[in-house]
Amino acid sequence: MFRGRDILTILDFDRSELEHLFEVTRKVEEGEIKPYLRGKILATAFFEPSTRTRLSFTTAMQRLGGSVIGFGGTEGTSVMKGENLADTIRMLDAYADVIVIRHPMEGAAKLAAEVAEAPVINGGDGSRHHPTQAMLDLYTVWREMGRIDDLEIGLLGDLKYGRAASSFLYGLSKFRPKKIHLISPPLLRIRREVRDHLKQAGIPIEEKEELELESLDVLYVTRIQKERFPDPAEYEKVKGSYRLTVEDLRRAKKNLIVMHPLPRVDEIDLEVDSTPHAKYFRQAAYGVSVRQALLSMVLGAVE
Amino acid sequence: MREEGLIVRRIKNGTVIDHIPAGQALSVLRILGLTGREGLTIAIVIQADSKKLGRKDMVKIEGKELKAEEVNKIALVAPQATINTIRDYRVVSKLKVQLPDEIRDLIRCTNPNCISNKPREPVTPRFRTLSRSPVLLRCEYCGTYITQEEVVDQFQ
Repeated sequence: MFRGRDILTILDFDRSELEHLFEVTRKVEEGEIKPYLRGKILATAFFEPSTRTRLSFTTAMQRLGGSVIGFGGTEGTSVMKGENLADTIRMLDAYADVIVIRHPMEGAAKLAAEVAEAPVINGGDGSRHHPTQAMLDLYTVWREMGRIDDLEIGLLGDLKYGRAASSFLYGLSKFRPKKIHLISPPLLRIRREVRDHLKQAGIPIEEKEELELESLDVLYVTRIQKERFPDPAEYEKVKGSYRLTVEDLRRAKKNLIVMHPLPRVDEIDLEVDSTPHAKYFRQAAYGVSVRQALLSMVLGAVE
Repeated sequence: MREEGLIVRRIKNGTVIDHIPAGQALSVLRILGLTGREGLTIAIVIQADSKKLGRKDMVKIEGKELKAEEVNKIALVAPQATINTIRDYRVVSKLKVQLPDEIRDLIRCTNPNCISNKPREPVTPRFRTLSRSPVLLRCEYCGTYITQEEVVDQFQ
Protein backbone atom coordinates (compact mmCIF):
# COMPACT_ATOMS: atom_id res chain seq x y z
CA MET A 1 0.00 0.00 0.00
CA PHE A 2 2.78 2.44 0.97
CA ARG A 3 5.89 0.53 -0.08
CA GLY A 4 8.25 2.61 -2.22
CA ARG A 5 5.78 5.45 -2.48
CA ASP A 6 6.62 9.15 -2.50
CA ILE A 7 4.70 11.08 0.14
CA LEU A 8 4.17 14.44 -1.56
CA THR A 9 0.69 15.62 -0.59
CA ILE A 10 -2.02 14.26 1.65
CA LEU A 11 -4.29 14.38 -1.42
CA ASP A 12 -2.50 11.33 -2.83
CA PHE A 13 -4.00 9.14 -0.11
CA ASP A 14 -7.52 7.84 0.20
CA ARG A 15 -9.48 7.23 3.34
CA SER A 16 -8.73 3.53 3.63
CA GLU A 17 -4.99 4.14 3.28
CA LEU A 18 -5.08 6.79 6.00
CA GLU A 19 -7.08 4.51 8.27
CA HIS A 20 -4.55 1.77 7.68
CA LEU A 21 -1.79 4.19 8.67
CA PHE A 22 -3.73 4.99 11.88
CA GLU A 23 -3.99 1.28 12.72
CA VAL A 24 -0.26 0.76 12.21
CA THR A 25 0.47 3.88 14.30
CA ARG A 26 -1.64 2.42 17.10
CA LYS A 27 0.52 -0.70 16.95
CA VAL A 28 3.63 1.47 17.17
CA GLU A 29 2.25 3.05 20.32
CA GLU A 30 1.56 -0.39 21.75
CA GLY A 31 5.12 -1.48 21.08
CA GLU A 32 4.19 -4.03 18.41
CA ILE A 33 6.37 -2.52 15.68
CA LYS A 34 9.94 -3.67 16.27
CA PRO A 35 13.20 -2.05 15.06
CA TYR A 36 12.72 -3.47 11.59
CA LEU A 37 14.81 -0.82 9.83
CA ARG A 38 18.27 -1.88 11.01
CA GLY A 39 20.81 -1.01 8.32
CA LYS A 40 18.49 1.44 6.57
CA ILE A 41 19.44 5.08 6.17
CA LEU A 42 17.17 8.13 6.16
CA ALA A 43 18.49 11.36 4.63
CA THR A 44 17.08 14.66 5.85
CA ALA A 45 17.42 17.53 3.38
CA PHE A 46 16.16 20.56 5.26
CA PHE A 47 16.62 23.74 3.26
CA GLU A 48 14.62 25.64 5.85
CA PRO A 49 14.62 25.58 9.66
CA SER A 50 12.51 23.01 11.50
CA THR A 51 12.50 21.63 15.00
CA ARG A 52 9.69 19.14 15.23
CA THR A 53 9.58 17.68 11.76
CA ARG A 54 13.30 16.97 11.50
CA LEU A 55 13.77 15.78 15.06
CA SER A 56 10.68 13.60 15.01
CA PHE A 57 11.77 11.95 11.75
CA THR A 58 15.21 11.42 13.26
CA THR A 59 13.73 9.97 16.45
CA ALA A 60 11.34 7.79 14.48
CA MET A 61 14.12 6.37 12.30
CA GLN A 62 16.41 5.70 15.27
CA ARG A 63 13.64 4.03 17.27
CA LEU A 64 13.21 1.70 14.30
CA GLY A 65 16.90 0.82 14.41
CA GLY A 66 17.87 2.81 11.31
CA SER A 67 20.27 5.72 11.04
CA VAL A 68 20.06 9.27 9.78
CA ILE A 69 22.28 11.48 7.63
CA GLY A 70 21.68 14.91 6.16
CA PHE A 71 21.49 18.55 7.03
CA GLY A 72 19.16 20.80 8.99
CA GLY A 73 19.98 24.06 7.24
CA THR A 74 22.01 24.87 4.15
CA GLU A 75 24.93 26.30 6.16
CA GLY A 76 28.02 24.18 5.57
CA THR A 77 26.63 22.34 2.51
CA SER A 78 27.38 22.66 -1.19
CA VAL A 79 24.07 24.49 -1.59
CA MET A 80 26.01 27.52 -0.32
CA LYS A 81 28.41 27.01 -3.24
CA GLY A 82 25.48 27.21 -5.64
CA GLU A 83 24.58 23.54 -6.07
CA ASN A 84 21.04 23.19 -7.33
CA LEU A 85 18.28 21.22 -5.63
CA ALA A 86 18.25 18.40 -8.19
CA ASP A 87 21.98 17.67 -7.77
CA THR A 88 21.79 17.78 -3.97
CA ILE A 89 18.93 15.28 -4.07
CA ARG A 90 20.72 12.98 -6.54
CA MET A 91 23.65 12.82 -4.15
CA LEU A 92 21.46 11.97 -1.14
CA ASP A 93 19.65 9.44 -3.32
CA ALA A 94 22.95 7.64 -3.80
CA TYR A 95 23.58 7.54 -0.03
CA ALA A 96 20.18 6.80 1.52
CA ASP A 97 17.11 4.53 1.34
CA VAL A 98 14.56 7.28 1.90
CA ILE A 99 14.74 11.09 1.75
CA VAL A 100 12.80 13.69 3.73
CA ILE A 101 12.91 17.16 2.22
CA ARG A 102 11.83 20.55 3.51
CA HIS A 103 12.17 23.50 1.17
CA PRO A 104 10.93 27.11 1.07
CA MET A 105 9.63 26.77 -2.51
CA GLU A 106 6.34 25.16 -3.48
CA GLY A 107 6.67 21.98 -5.54
CA ALA A 108 10.26 21.31 -4.41
CA ALA A 109 9.34 17.87 -3.05
CA LYS A 110 7.77 16.90 -6.38
CA LEU A 111 10.90 17.88 -8.25
CA ALA A 112 12.99 15.92 -5.72
CA ALA A 113 10.77 12.87 -6.27
CA GLU A 114 11.27 13.18 -10.03
CA VAL A 115 15.06 13.02 -9.75
CA ALA A 116 15.38 10.51 -6.89
CA GLU A 117 14.96 6.74 -7.14
CA ALA A 118 14.43 6.39 -3.39
CA PRO A 119 11.05 7.38 -1.95
CA VAL A 120 10.82 11.09 -1.13
CA ILE A 121 8.78 12.35 1.81
CA ASN A 122 7.69 15.97 1.77
CA GLY A 123 8.51 17.55 5.13
CA GLY A 124 6.88 20.81 4.06
CA ASP A 125 7.40 22.79 0.86
CA GLY A 126 6.55 26.48 0.66
CA SER A 127 3.09 27.42 1.88
CA ARG A 128 1.27 24.47 0.29
CA HIS A 129 1.85 20.93 1.49
CA HIS A 130 2.99 19.20 4.65
CA PRO A 131 1.52 15.71 4.36
CA THR A 132 3.09 14.10 7.44
CA GLN A 133 1.82 16.98 9.58
CA ALA A 134 -1.66 16.34 8.17
CA MET A 135 -1.28 12.63 8.93
CA LEU A 136 -0.39 13.25 12.56
CA ASP A 137 -3.12 15.89 12.89
CA LEU A 138 -5.74 13.49 11.52
CA TYR A 139 -4.35 10.76 13.77
CA THR A 140 -4.68 13.05 16.81
CA VAL A 141 -8.37 13.66 16.07
CA TRP A 142 -8.99 9.96 15.33
CA ARG A 143 -7.15 8.86 18.48
CA GLU A 144 -8.57 11.48 20.87
CA MET A 145 -12.16 11.57 19.56
CA GLY A 146 -12.42 8.04 18.21
CA ARG A 147 -13.52 9.27 14.79
CA ILE A 148 -13.22 12.14 12.31
CA ASP A 149 -16.68 11.83 10.74
CA ASP A 150 -19.58 13.91 12.09
CA LEU A 151 -17.36 16.29 14.06
CA GLU A 152 -17.49 20.08 13.95
CA ILE A 153 -13.96 21.25 13.40
CA GLY A 154 -12.72 24.84 13.65
CA LEU A 155 -9.48 26.16 12.14
CA LEU A 156 -8.26 29.47 13.52
CA GLY A 157 -5.51 31.78 12.27
CA ASP A 158 -3.54 32.00 9.05
CA LEU A 159 -5.46 29.76 6.67
CA LYS A 160 -3.90 31.23 3.54
CA TYR A 161 -0.15 30.76 3.90
CA GLY A 162 0.01 28.17 6.66
CA ARG A 163 0.89 24.84 5.03
CA ALA A 164 -0.20 22.89 8.11
CA ALA A 165 -3.72 24.35 7.94
CA SER A 166 -4.08 23.75 4.17
CA SER A 167 -2.80 20.20 4.49
CA PHE A 168 -5.09 19.45 7.44
CA LEU A 169 -8.07 20.70 5.38
CA TYR A 170 -7.07 18.53 2.43
CA GLY A 171 -6.78 15.60 4.82
CA LEU A 172 -10.18 16.27 6.41
CA SER A 173 -11.73 16.23 2.93
CA LYS A 174 -11.04 12.47 2.83
CA PHE A 175 -13.44 12.00 5.75
CA ARG A 176 -16.94 13.27 6.48
CA PRO A 177 -16.73 15.97 9.14
CA LYS A 178 -20.12 17.52 9.92
CA LYS A 179 -18.87 21.04 9.32
CA ILE A 180 -15.63 22.99 9.10
CA HIS A 181 -15.48 26.50 10.58
CA LEU A 182 -12.78 28.65 9.01
CA ILE A 183 -11.97 31.51 11.35
CA SER A 184 -9.47 34.10 10.13
CA PRO A 185 -8.99 37.77 9.32
CA PRO A 186 -10.21 38.47 5.72
CA LEU A 187 -6.61 38.82 4.54
CA LEU A 188 -5.75 35.28 5.62
CA ARG A 189 -8.75 33.30 4.32
CA ILE A 190 -8.18 29.95 2.60
CA ARG A 191 -6.96 30.04 -1.00
CA ARG A 192 -9.35 29.51 -3.88
CA GLU A 193 -8.04 26.06 -4.77
CA VAL A 194 -8.54 24.85 -1.18
CA ARG A 195 -12.09 26.25 -1.07
CA ASP A 196 -12.90 24.65 -4.46
CA HIS A 197 -11.52 21.35 -3.25
CA LEU A 198 -13.63 21.32 -0.07
CA LYS A 199 -16.71 22.24 -2.08
CA GLN A 200 -16.10 19.44 -4.56
CA ALA A 201 -15.62 17.03 -1.68
CA GLY A 202 -19.05 18.11 -0.39
CA ILE A 203 -17.79 19.30 3.02
CA PRO A 204 -19.91 22.08 4.56
CA ILE A 205 -17.72 25.08 5.41
CA GLU A 206 -18.38 28.42 7.06
CA GLU A 207 -15.89 31.28 6.78
CA LYS A 208 -15.96 33.89 9.52
CA GLU A 209 -13.87 36.39 11.42
CA GLU A 210 -15.07 35.78 14.98
CA LEU A 211 -14.25 32.75 17.07
CA GLU A 212 -17.44 31.00 18.18
CA LEU A 213 -16.47 27.76 19.80
CA GLU A 214 -19.76 26.58 21.39
CA SER A 215 -20.49 23.96 18.72
CA LEU A 216 -16.90 22.79 18.10
CA ASP A 217 -15.47 19.36 18.85
CA VAL A 218 -11.99 20.24 17.61
CA LEU A 219 -10.26 23.62 17.46
CA TYR A 220 -7.07 23.75 15.39
CA VAL A 221 -5.13 26.94 16.11
CA THR A 222 -2.32 28.23 13.86
CA ARG A 223 0.14 31.05 14.18
CA ILE A 224 -0.48 34.38 12.48
CA GLN A 225 2.80 35.66 11.13
CA LYS A 226 3.44 39.37 11.38
CA GLU A 227 5.18 39.52 8.00
CA ARG A 228 1.96 38.52 6.21
CA PHE A 229 0.51 41.96 6.93
CA PRO A 230 1.46 44.88 4.68
CA ASP A 231 0.62 47.22 7.56
CA PRO A 232 2.03 46.37 11.04
CA ALA A 233 -0.82 48.29 12.68
CA GLU A 234 -3.27 45.91 11.01
CA TYR A 235 -1.43 42.98 12.58
CA GLU A 236 -1.57 44.50 16.06
CA LYS A 237 -5.33 44.87 15.62
CA VAL A 238 -6.07 41.25 14.70
CA LYS A 239 -3.48 39.70 17.01
CA GLY A 240 -5.61 40.04 20.15
CA SER A 241 -8.77 38.60 18.64
CA TYR A 242 -6.99 35.40 17.63
CA ARG A 243 -5.69 34.54 21.04
CA LEU A 244 -7.33 31.62 22.79
CA THR A 245 -7.76 32.04 26.56
CA VAL A 246 -9.14 29.99 29.45
CA GLU A 247 -11.98 32.51 29.50
CA ASP A 248 -12.98 31.55 25.91
CA LEU A 249 -12.90 27.87 26.81
CA ARG A 250 -15.66 28.32 29.43
CA ARG A 251 -18.07 28.49 26.48
CA ALA A 252 -16.71 25.33 24.89
CA LYS A 253 -18.00 21.77 24.91
CA LYS A 254 -16.55 19.72 27.74
CA ASN A 255 -14.67 17.38 25.44
CA LEU A 256 -13.43 19.98 22.93
CA ILE A 257 -9.83 19.31 21.97
CA VAL A 258 -7.47 22.17 21.12
CA MET A 259 -4.71 21.39 18.64
CA HIS A 260 -1.81 23.42 17.23
CA PRO A 261 0.92 22.34 14.78
CA LEU A 262 3.43 24.39 16.88
CA PRO A 263 5.52 26.48 17.29
CA ARG A 264 3.10 28.56 19.30
CA VAL A 265 3.76 32.23 20.00
CA ASP A 266 0.84 34.22 21.49
CA GLU A 267 -2.15 32.56 19.92
CA ILE A 268 -2.81 30.18 22.80
CA ASP A 269 -2.50 31.58 26.30
CA LEU A 270 -0.09 29.57 28.46
CA GLU A 271 -2.85 28.99 31.01
CA VAL A 272 -4.70 26.87 28.45
CA ASP A 273 -1.89 24.29 28.63
CA SER A 274 -3.09 22.92 31.95
CA THR A 275 -6.73 22.46 30.85
CA PRO A 276 -7.92 19.04 29.68
CA HIS A 277 -8.70 20.63 26.30
CA ALA A 278 -5.02 21.15 25.44
CA LYS A 279 -3.79 18.33 23.18
CA TYR A 280 -1.04 20.10 21.22
CA PHE A 281 1.90 18.60 23.06
CA ARG A 282 0.41 15.14 22.80
CA GLN A 283 -0.24 15.88 19.11
CA ALA A 284 3.48 16.63 18.63
CA ALA A 285 4.34 13.38 20.44
CA TYR A 286 2.03 11.39 18.15
CA GLY A 287 4.17 12.79 15.35
CA VAL A 288 6.92 10.33 16.19
CA SER A 289 4.62 7.28 16.20
CA VAL A 290 2.95 8.32 12.94
CA ARG A 291 6.35 8.79 11.28
CA GLN A 292 7.55 5.43 12.63
CA ALA A 293 4.52 3.80 11.06
CA LEU A 294 5.02 5.67 7.80
CA LEU A 295 8.75 4.89 7.50
CA SER A 296 8.13 1.19 8.29
CA MET A 297 5.52 1.04 5.56
CA VAL A 298 7.36 3.09 2.92
CA LEU A 299 10.48 0.99 3.40
CA GLY A 300 8.45 -2.18 3.15
CA ALA A 301 9.08 -3.55 6.68
CA VAL A 302 5.36 -3.45 7.49
CA GLU A 303 2.51 -3.94 5.03
CA MET B 1 -15.22 29.45 -45.82
CA ARG B 2 -16.56 32.87 -46.73
CA GLU B 3 -14.29 35.79 -46.11
CA GLU B 4 -15.62 39.18 -45.19
CA GLY B 5 -13.85 41.97 -47.01
CA LEU B 6 -11.01 39.80 -48.39
CA ILE B 7 -8.06 41.96 -47.28
CA VAL B 8 -5.63 39.19 -48.14
CA ARG B 9 -6.06 36.88 -51.10
CA ARG B 10 -7.03 33.21 -50.67
CA ILE B 11 -4.22 30.73 -50.29
CA LYS B 12 -3.76 27.73 -52.56
CA ASN B 13 -2.47 25.15 -50.10
CA GLY B 14 -1.92 25.42 -46.38
CA THR B 15 -3.71 26.37 -43.17
CA VAL B 16 -6.05 29.19 -42.21
CA ILE B 17 -6.56 29.83 -38.52
CA ASP B 18 -9.80 31.75 -38.16
CA HIS B 19 -11.86 33.23 -35.31
CA ILE B 20 -8.91 34.34 -33.26
CA PRO B 21 -9.99 37.00 -30.72
CA ALA B 22 -9.13 40.49 -31.98
CA GLY B 23 -5.57 41.38 -31.07
CA GLN B 24 -4.35 37.83 -30.34
CA ALA B 25 -2.91 36.89 -33.76
CA LEU B 26 0.66 37.67 -32.76
CA SER B 27 0.28 35.65 -29.57
CA VAL B 28 -1.00 32.74 -31.67
CA LEU B 29 2.13 32.90 -33.85
CA ARG B 30 4.29 32.99 -30.74
CA ILE B 31 2.57 29.89 -29.33
CA LEU B 32 3.04 28.09 -32.65
CA GLY B 33 6.71 29.05 -32.56
CA LEU B 34 6.46 30.82 -35.92
CA THR B 35 9.05 33.56 -36.08
CA GLY B 36 8.70 34.61 -39.72
CA ARG B 37 12.12 33.17 -40.54
CA GLU B 38 10.84 29.74 -41.59
CA GLY B 39 10.57 30.67 -45.27
CA LEU B 40 6.79 30.28 -45.20
CA THR B 41 4.45 32.90 -46.61
CA ILE B 42 2.22 33.99 -43.73
CA ALA B 43 -0.61 36.51 -43.85
CA ILE B 44 -1.76 38.06 -40.60
CA VAL B 45 -5.08 39.86 -40.50
CA ILE B 46 -5.72 41.88 -37.38
CA GLN B 47 -9.02 43.45 -36.27
CA ALA B 48 -11.07 42.32 -39.25
CA ASP B 49 -14.88 42.58 -39.17
CA SER B 50 -16.55 39.36 -38.10
CA LYS B 51 -20.22 38.41 -37.93
CA LYS B 52 -19.49 35.99 -35.08
CA LEU B 53 -17.01 37.90 -32.94
CA GLY B 54 -17.57 41.54 -33.99
CA ARG B 55 -13.85 41.83 -34.65
CA LYS B 56 -11.37 39.05 -35.12
CA ASP B 57 -7.88 38.15 -36.20
CA MET B 58 -6.87 35.54 -38.76
CA VAL B 59 -3.62 33.83 -39.75
CA LYS B 60 -3.02 32.23 -43.15
CA ILE B 61 -0.02 30.00 -43.69
CA GLU B 62 0.78 29.16 -47.29
CA GLY B 63 2.35 25.79 -48.04
CA LYS B 64 2.10 24.12 -44.63
CA GLU B 65 -0.69 21.97 -43.20
CA LEU B 66 -0.64 22.18 -39.43
CA LYS B 67 -1.80 19.15 -37.47
CA ALA B 68 -4.46 19.43 -34.79
CA GLU B 69 -1.97 18.45 -32.02
CA GLU B 70 0.32 21.27 -33.09
CA VAL B 71 -2.43 23.84 -33.15
CA ASN B 72 -4.57 22.87 -30.18
CA LYS B 73 -2.36 24.74 -27.76
CA ILE B 74 -3.38 28.07 -29.31
CA ALA B 75 -6.66 27.56 -27.43
CA LEU B 76 -4.73 29.12 -24.55
CA VAL B 77 -5.40 32.54 -26.12
CA ALA B 78 -7.95 31.67 -28.83
CA PRO B 79 -10.38 29.12 -27.39
CA GLN B 80 -12.86 29.52 -30.27
CA ALA B 81 -10.42 29.42 -33.16
CA THR B 82 -11.01 27.15 -36.14
CA ILE B 83 -8.33 25.44 -38.20
CA ASN B 84 -9.06 25.18 -41.90
CA THR B 85 -6.88 23.00 -44.07
CA ILE B 86 -6.76 24.27 -47.65
CA ARG B 87 -5.92 22.22 -50.74
CA ASP B 88 -6.17 23.74 -54.18
CA TYR B 89 -8.10 26.76 -52.82
CA ARG B 90 -10.71 24.51 -51.17
CA VAL B 91 -11.34 23.88 -47.49
CA VAL B 92 -10.81 20.14 -47.05
CA SER B 93 -11.19 20.10 -43.28
CA LYS B 94 -12.39 22.46 -40.60
CA LEU B 95 -11.66 21.81 -36.92
CA LYS B 96 -12.31 23.70 -33.72
CA VAL B 97 -9.26 23.92 -31.49
CA GLN B 98 -9.38 22.10 -28.21
CA LEU B 99 -6.99 22.79 -25.38
CA PRO B 100 -5.01 19.64 -24.48
CA ASP B 101 -5.32 18.11 -20.98
CA GLU B 102 -1.74 18.99 -20.24
CA ILE B 103 0.24 22.11 -21.18
CA ARG B 104 4.02 21.87 -21.13
CA ASP B 105 6.64 24.53 -21.27
CA LEU B 106 4.57 27.24 -23.00
CA ILE B 107 3.74 29.32 -19.97
CA ARG B 108 5.25 30.04 -16.59
CA CYS B 109 3.63 29.48 -13.23
CA THR B 110 2.40 32.81 -11.82
CA ASN B 111 3.59 31.84 -8.35
CA PRO B 112 7.11 33.31 -8.06
CA ASN B 113 7.80 30.86 -5.24
CA CYS B 114 7.06 27.81 -7.40
CA ILE B 115 10.01 25.46 -7.95
CA SER B 116 9.27 25.53 -11.70
CA ASN B 117 10.41 29.18 -11.68
CA LYS B 118 13.75 28.40 -10.06
CA PRO B 119 16.67 28.91 -12.42
CA ARG B 120 19.20 26.10 -12.97
CA GLU B 121 16.87 23.25 -12.04
CA PRO B 122 15.97 20.48 -14.52
CA VAL B 123 12.29 21.35 -14.46
CA THR B 124 9.74 21.97 -17.23
CA PRO B 125 6.61 23.90 -16.18
CA ARG B 126 3.57 21.63 -16.53
CA PHE B 127 -0.10 22.49 -16.14
CA ARG B 128 -3.30 20.48 -15.94
CA THR B 129 -6.32 21.88 -17.78
CA LEU B 130 -9.21 22.25 -15.32
CA SER B 131 -11.53 24.24 -17.57
CA ARG B 132 -11.44 25.16 -21.28
CA SER B 133 -13.86 28.07 -21.41
CA PRO B 134 -12.78 30.21 -19.71
CA VAL B 135 -9.31 28.68 -19.53
CA LEU B 136 -8.26 27.56 -16.06
CA LEU B 137 -5.02 25.67 -15.50
CA ARG B 138 -3.37 24.20 -12.42
CA CYS B 139 0.39 24.04 -11.95
CA GLU B 140 1.52 20.42 -11.53
CA TYR B 141 4.26 21.49 -9.13
CA CYS B 142 2.68 23.96 -6.73
CA GLY B 143 -1.05 23.68 -7.47
CA THR B 144 -1.52 27.37 -8.28
CA TYR B 145 -4.46 28.24 -10.54
CA ILE B 146 -3.66 30.16 -13.74
CA THR B 147 -6.64 32.06 -15.21
CA GLN B 148 -7.34 32.96 -18.83
CA GLU B 149 -6.31 36.61 -18.29
CA GLU B 150 -3.04 35.53 -16.71
CA VAL B 151 -2.31 33.25 -19.67
CA VAL B 152 -3.12 35.99 -22.20
CA ASP B 153 -0.90 38.44 -20.30
CA GLN B 154 2.07 36.14 -20.65
CA PHE B 155 2.01 36.33 -24.45
CA GLN B 156 1.61 40.10 -24.67
